[in-house]
Amino acid sequence: MMNPSLDDPAQIVAMKTILDPSGQLAEGYSVVVSDDELLHYYRSMKLVRAFDDICLKLQRSGRIGFSIPNLGIEACQIGAASALRKDDWFFPSYRDFGMALYHGVKPVDMMHNMFGNSLDSAKGRQMPVHFSFTEPIKFASISSPLGTHLPQAVGAAHAAKLRGEDTVALASFGDGGTSTLGFHSALTFAGVWKSPVVFLCQNNGYAISLPAHEQTASDGYAIKGMGYGVRALTVDGNDVFAVREATLEAVEFARAGGGPTLIEAVTFRMGGHSTSDDPSTYVPKEVVEEWAKKDPIDRFEKFLGARGLWDAEKGEQIGKDCLAEIDAAAKVAAATAPPTLETIFSDVYAEIPAHIRKQGEASFELSNRLGEAAAGDGAFPL
Amino acid sequence: MAIQTLLGAVNDALRTAMRRDESVLMFGEDVGLKGGVFLATGGLQKEFGKERCFDTPLSEDGIIGAAIGMAMNGMRPVAEIQFQDFIFPAFDQIVSEAAKLRYRSGGQYTAPMVIRTPYGGGIRGGLYHSQSGEAYFCHTPGLKVVIPSTPYDAKGLLLASIADPDPVLFMEPKALYRSVKGEVPEDYYTVDLSTTRTVLEGDDVTVFCYGAMVPVVEKAAAMAAEKGISVLVIDLRTLLPLDEDGVVEAAKRTGRVVTVTEAPRFCGYAGEISAIVAERAMEYMEAPVLRVTGFDTPFPNTLEHHYLPDARRVIDAIEKVYSF
Repeated sequence: MMNPSLDDPAQIVAMKTILDPSGQLAEGYSVVVSDDELLHYYRSMKLVRAFDDICLKLQRSGRIGFSIPNLGIEACQIGAASALRKDDWFFPSYRDFGMALYHGVKPVDMMHNMFGNSLDSAKGRQMPVHFSFTEPIKFASISSPLGTHLPQAVGAAHAAKLRGEDTVALASFGDGGTSTLGFHSALTFAGVWKSPVVFLCQNNGYAISLPAHEQTASDGYAIKGMGYGVRALTVDGNDVFAVREATLEAVEFARAGGGPTLIEAVTFRMGGHSTSDDPSTYVPKEVVEEWAKKDPIDRFEKFLGARGLWDAEKGEQIGKDCLAEIDAAAKVAAATAPPTLETIFSDVYAEIPAHIRKQGEASFELSNRLGEAAAGDGAFPL
Repeated sequence: MAIQTLLGAVNDALRTAMRRDESVLMFGEDVGLKGGVFLATGGLQKEFGKERCFDTPLSEDGIIGAAIGMAMNGMRPVAEIQFQDFIFPAFDQIVSEAAKLRYRSGGQYTAPMVIRTPYGGGIRGGLYHSQSGEAYFCHTPGLKVVIPSTPYDAKGLLLASIADPDPVLFMEPKALYRSVKGEVPEDYYTVDLSTTRTVLEGDDVTVFCYGAMVPVVEKAAAMAAEKGISVLVIDLRTLLPLDEDGVVEAAKRTGRVVTVTEAPRFCGYAGEISAIVAERAMEYMEAPVLRVTGFDTPFPNTLEHHYLPDARRVIDAIEKVYSF
């Protein structure tokens, strides 16, 4: 069904859909995953939406500083994640956390990051949504600059290949990421090394406010693969099956030693870039309305409904359950203490060097002298 | 013990590390079959194969980005940047990624890797084959910056860098590659990072230096000795994290301090040494704390010998602080 190409532009840019907006499956496609798995896709997408809803409220009420909405792109994340094993590597962007939820990262562990508290795996050092997990999947620490993780994914994949392992790396990024140095380096290296890496470009229409036609003069993003000798294809990013099948094909090709694939998933970010962004200033309302008709969750509900796995009542219940789960996670995270001052100074190096230790001690001494309770009971606890 | 050049010691260290640990990989531009433009990696591909010593496409960003990914996934990459002048496309990967990975992931992910790169003037390399960019990198928490000046230290510090759990920028003074020779043990050994080396004992003036400036300072110290000035010469060897206590101790011993670097002066490493001395040993100082550095200009080609600090300029500063 999915036929990435090295050298046929028409094939590369032709968008492949399996599940159309009316919920119909493409002819000849049969669903091979279990009903439970289908419901897991659904629940994972709803969980992303619930996470967004709760985070928006938390941000608007001043309890967290920032979040990144995913409205409209849930199928990209879940479809791609479903094609990877737990021992594979994820090099995500900041709009990919559905991949973590799909694989069983607990919402509460994500909420600890949103609040930057003492149980945050990043110890409160990063902005919200910059997750880092090693269990149950290797969800590599997210950085804010775009494209830097792409050559890193190639390196991680190359290391696995050198050791004769069959794990692959998924490098996920948006349309803006394709203009970065990292994209160029990563595709260049992966092409030459035949690295077991899957490049997932989620073309969500805008890089903050810059529309796709101002991001590149090329015919989409998948076509860029040709210049690097990297197979590429374009899929409907609002179609969980299309994204899954394309990723699965690419993953299997990579595991077998074939090398990299570039997948462009065409989707649309129906919300802002972040909670600090108002997209109504640059996205025409009609465009959003058009995309709303192609909503990835709506179409998946129609599909599930036709199979007897979904009805409005059940959907509402799952939505409520997801909201309750995320809300409970947020409450736990909100009640968790902030990180200790020590976390400013640790993890810069494996061992704290003398000059940093001295700075920490001086900072603690000043806090103590000024009678600030947060100083850690008068001792620099490192 | 064999007598080796500094370049030979680098090659020896890489060979020793690769024999000892299969996860050590050496890669960069032209490092494979050719053995590097300076031949620092000569013979490694032949001994260890193309899987462990290999050429990369011409992208510093790609080299360092890939090295980070390899390090995250269990390898010990040693990446060569052909000239330090070419490192800047990888600045983002070094400064924002490798150096911050441990911190930003709460210690879940780390990038134990070494970036080797020849730096500095003295080979008529002009603007883009001569720079000393250590100050850019010493402003980066999470990174270690190491510069050897002898063959013994080159091998021992490089082996320590490869064994280190954090990313290390290992800057090799290309002017010394073939001009200094010394005894180098054949076996594995390390020289501890963040330690200084006393090059010459002395009581009157302390001179801090590193890399290619060490022999220049040694020459100046010999000239000073003829004039009856006894100079304590300290090779800093690890610029980050610096052995600050060692620096303060050496400064206090004479009360007269000069720091010599070939990099431009403004916001340079010599300024940091002056600041440390001012903050921690001011009451011991008998004279202004001086810097002898490259000029605050780009690096010239034809007149590079006039740009680079030489014994003439160093002895001038030594005499100034001595006679203050």
